[in-house]
Amino acid sequence: MFMFEKAIVGGRRYWVWVLCLTGIILAGFLCYLRQLTYGLAITGLSRDVTWGLYIAQFTFFVGVAASAVMVVLPYYLHDYKQFGRITILGEFLAVGAVTMCMLFIFVDMGQPSRVLNVMRYPTPWSLMFWDMISLGGYLVLNAVISLVMLSSERKGVSPPHWIKPIIILSIPWAVSIHTVTAFLYSGLPGRAFWMTAVLAPRFLASAFAAGPALLILLCLVLRKVAGFDAGREAIDELGVIVTYATVINVFLVLMELFTTFYSRIPEHMEHFKYVFLGLDGNYHLAPWMWLSGLLILAALALLLVPKWRHNPRLLPVACVCVFVSLWLDKGLGLIIGGFTPSPLGAVTTYTPTWPEATIVLGVWAIGALMITVLYKIALSVREAH
Amino acid sequence: MKITRKDFLRLSGLGLLAVVGKKAVRAVTEARAPSAPAKAAKRWGMVIDLGKCRQESGCVDCIKACNTAHNIPQFPDRAHEVKWIWNQPFETVFPLAQTDYTKQAFAGHPIPLLCNHCANPPCVRVCPTQATWKRDEDGIVMMDWHRCIGCRYCMAACPYGSRSFNWQDPRPAIASINPDFPTRTKGVVEKCNFCEERLARGQRPACIEACPEKTIVFGDLNDPDSEPRQLLRTRFALQREPELGTSPSVFYLV
Repeated sequence: MFMFEKAIVGGRRYWVWVLCLTGIILAGFLCYLRQLTYGLAITGLSRDVTWGLYIAQFTFFVGVAASAVMVVLPYYLHDYKQFGRITILGEFLAVGAVTMCMLFIFVDMGQPSRVLNVMRYPTPWSLMFWDMISLGGYLVLNAVISLVMLSSERKGVSPPHWIKPIIILSIPWAVSIHTVTAFLYSGLPGRAFWMTAVLAPRFLASAFAAGPALLILLCLVLRKVAGFDAGREAIDELGVIVTYATVINVFLVLMELFTTFYSRIPEHMEHFKYVFLGLDGNYHLAPWMWLSGLLILAALALLLVPKWRHNPRLLPVACVCVFVSLWLDKGLGLIIGGFTPSPLGAVTTYTPTWPEATIVLGVWAIGALMITVLYKIALSVREAH
Repeated sequence: MKITRKDFLRLSGLGLLAVVGKKAVRAVTEARAPSAPAKAAKRWGMVIDLGKCRQESGCVDCIKACNTAHNIPQFPDRAHEVKWIWNQPFETVFPLAQTDYTKQAFAGHPIPLLCNHCANPPCVRVCPTQATWKRDEDGIVMMDWHRCIGCRYCMAACPYGSRSFNWQDPRPAIASINPDFPTRTKGVVEKCNFCEERLARGQRPACIEACPEKTIVFGDLNDPDSEPRQLLRTRFALQREPELGTSPSVFYLV
């Protein structure tokens, strides 16, 4: 079923990798059981910082999922043939990333057994409701598209006609998932850090930088471990996409800094001060945010100079810089920075606990395992031809 | 009539679609229209006279009364605190009422804080399950602890920090359980309910009853002759962050 038989044939290295991931998933699961028993008190979250690593990871990986559109759009709308070999990889990456997002929301809930209440009492004025619709829909769209395309490839026939409108639909849908995610934050009175119209555009820009950067890295890994060649030109083109998106993202961040610090409205400045300089002696976040800033500048240098971007040794370095930098920014600073200082001016330190971090690792491992299996299937189908 | 497999699938698909469609239509049509204020509709409100409040001399009778009445757990760890009414220094509660050169009369004074029962509550807007909602008949922002999924979106949305989450089982941290009021379970959000359980019995909120100085006045803000309205007509009052458009129902006389 679904060509799954191809995923259970593999070499020693493949099985060691799968086993490692399964081990991490088990560790995460055990920690989650503990959280289920004791409550979210086992995390570093508090009355003031009510969302942390879980929701931040959700936010970041929605971006990774949405970024599949950066290969889907050129390939299907502009008939950019070079992406033919990697489109399926982008779609499968989206499937894995959306699954992780849903799991991150799930592990964040205080009463997970009541999750279906979101569907039993549909609430269209809550952005959370639309997030559920957009994420669920995106998962179905990408799963259907990638499996249909792959099975027609295996049978050596051209894909059915009805799939084309579904592919077209998946393009605006990808934009919608990250826009809705930004709206979760940017519509809240009293949270000045998120109260900005460029939050959604910034989310999209950082997503279209981090996602394709990850895809480049995955292609390079696949070349090493599976002998899969994405094609020089496709990788170069992805590099150009990462460059544009990184530049736009940095531009939007600078706009944010300008409006905040030129207007000098204390309520808005305080969050940035906390994130980059520390407030009331709490500067545990600042070093990470400076690291994020330095990494993105390094990445910009490597990406903007064509000679360096085309260098097969430097491009992966730039991609790692982009990915890590944006992960720190979105997967750490954005959420914690929005909650600190609190509406009552309290600065509360949030430090993820070990069980919390293990649960996060477990969800990552589930995503990695899904992507491993799906890529294995995709490449086996390719090899058979 | 013979139904082929294809027909069956088609029919069940249509059926499913119809059910989903009906649900969606109902959800959209039921989306609360801005309720035309019915004549009888009340809006419970509170006026706190800071000049009378003795919290700076250590009186916390209102807080104690609330904690006992509502089975509020006492956790020593500030991160896991659950509180319905508590106090904080004036300048954190009204940051914009401070000026650089004039010391406010209340600088440093502890100010009692609770849910504002906003006329336009952001927490209600964001809740994905309608586990928190504004009651039409009297404007109280209510909580259903059996429906709440514990996503804490309402805590992110509340600009007043009025909501608490049960990070762990609260029951062991309740000194003595009041059998007349429910305890909560871990993983749900809670906050002040304006003592709706006492109002239903014709009593005033517990914090008001407990106050030795008669600091707090409670009544219907929609009734021009009510006690709070009379006070608000003659005295200068502050609301917390009125610029956010939430329209709090708790006023502070300065």
